[in-house]
Amino acid sequence: MAVEVRIPTILRNYTDGAKAVHAKGATLEELIGDLEARHPGLRERLVDDSGLRRFVNVYLNDEDVRFLGGLGTPVADGDTVTVLPAVAGGSGAAAGAR
Amino acid sequence: MRFDSLIDSVGNTPLVGLPRLSPSEEVRIWAKLEDRNPTGSVKDRPALWMIEQAEKDGLLAPGCTILEPTSGNTGISLAMSARLKGYRLVCVMPENTSEERRQLLRMYGAEIISSPAAGGSNEAVRVAKSLAAEHPDWVMLYQYGNPANWRSHYESTGPEILADLPTVTHFVAGLGTTGTLMGVGRYLREHVPDVQIVAAEPRYGELVYGLRNVDEGFIPELYDPTVLTTRYSVTSADALRRTRELLATEGVFAGISTGCALHAALGIATKAARAGERADIVFIVADGGWKYLSTGAYEGTLDEAESRLEGQLWA
Repeated sequence: MAVEVRIPTILRNYTDGAKAVHAKGATLEELIGDLEARHPGLRERLVDDSGLRRFVNVYLNDEDVRFLGGLGTPVADGDTVTVLPAVAGGSGAAAGAR
Repeated sequence: MRFDSLIDSVGNTPLVGLPRLSPSEEVRIWAKLEDRNPTGSVKDRPALWMIEQAEKDGLLAPGCTILEPTSGNTGISLAMSARLKGYRLVCVMPENTSEERRQLLRMYGAEIISSPAAGGSNEAVRVAKSLAAEHPDWVMLYQYGNPANWRSHYESTGPEILADLPTVTHFVAGLGTTGTLMGVGRYLREHVPDVQIVAAEPRYGELVYGLRNVDEGFIPELYDPTVLTTRYSVTSADALRRTRELLATEGVFAGISTGCALHAALGIATKAARAGERADIVFIVADGGWKYLSTGAYEGTLDEAESRLEGQLWA
């Protein structure tokens, strides 16, 4: 068992085109470290010195990790992590009017 | 229940338990049926509050023109009130919204100006703002920035939930104008210690977002992230799956944005059950499924429905 990480189209050049890859770690930070070992270059696209990059959203089981524990968020086998470029308003609100 | 007119019957919607979807006796999920409002959506509340505030402020008098960017429900709510109160209504709608909404709006006598599909609601807001500049005599109520939007929920939806369920621990709603979350969220935070306010945000496919630039990201003026505890991002596939599950297991026929909120509610429920914590989770059924039948969301396999929904705005 491991954590499934879903990769957005724009970053699939790091994963040989794979939409989803697997990685291990007890926290998001460890998970990203493990991802980097398997897919070099990916880490830099996700984090910078201050933490998660501004225009990257990361979701743990669809929940925004910025509201959980950021890079320190615990992850467990069977979880799904989704990486998305923050196009639609970034970390702000979506504009889905009704 | 007796009311003097249709407008007076806004609100006081049922809160119903969902025992089959709830994980245990300790972790319960409740649906606030906002489709039971006069025009069939939660938007009857902010629409009425915004119009009455504008009347109080002296901005609106019979014969005036109201302008609003909307992907449907707010427009339909405004159209009903406008018809009864004698206003003309112009709606700016993304062209990729369902046909039912357009037919309803036309029936109520509203005029529709279409904005390009590619920009979604952001583009509708932009077009409406430029129309407002061209027509200074038109009144744009502007649900994204009008405090009467969140106040409608602070003064009605929030108190109704607390009265019906004093043990509420979580409130979940879709994130659009953010009015529901801001209003109910602020009210519950004032009255329920440690209540959690959870946003469910639609995650559209690349067909909807693909043509946008980062610059076009739009944050409604009403949005205050400190009201929220957390945010979920929900794919069209999950929203559809949950919408069908809600009908199949609990009999509730809801629109697709309700499936989005339910997905987040179930995520919260799973976490609470795992942690052994008690939870009473309320989520908003924003509207019924009727206006989405033409999208094909309810027919065939999930995969078929999902591909039919691709490129459409469902919330």
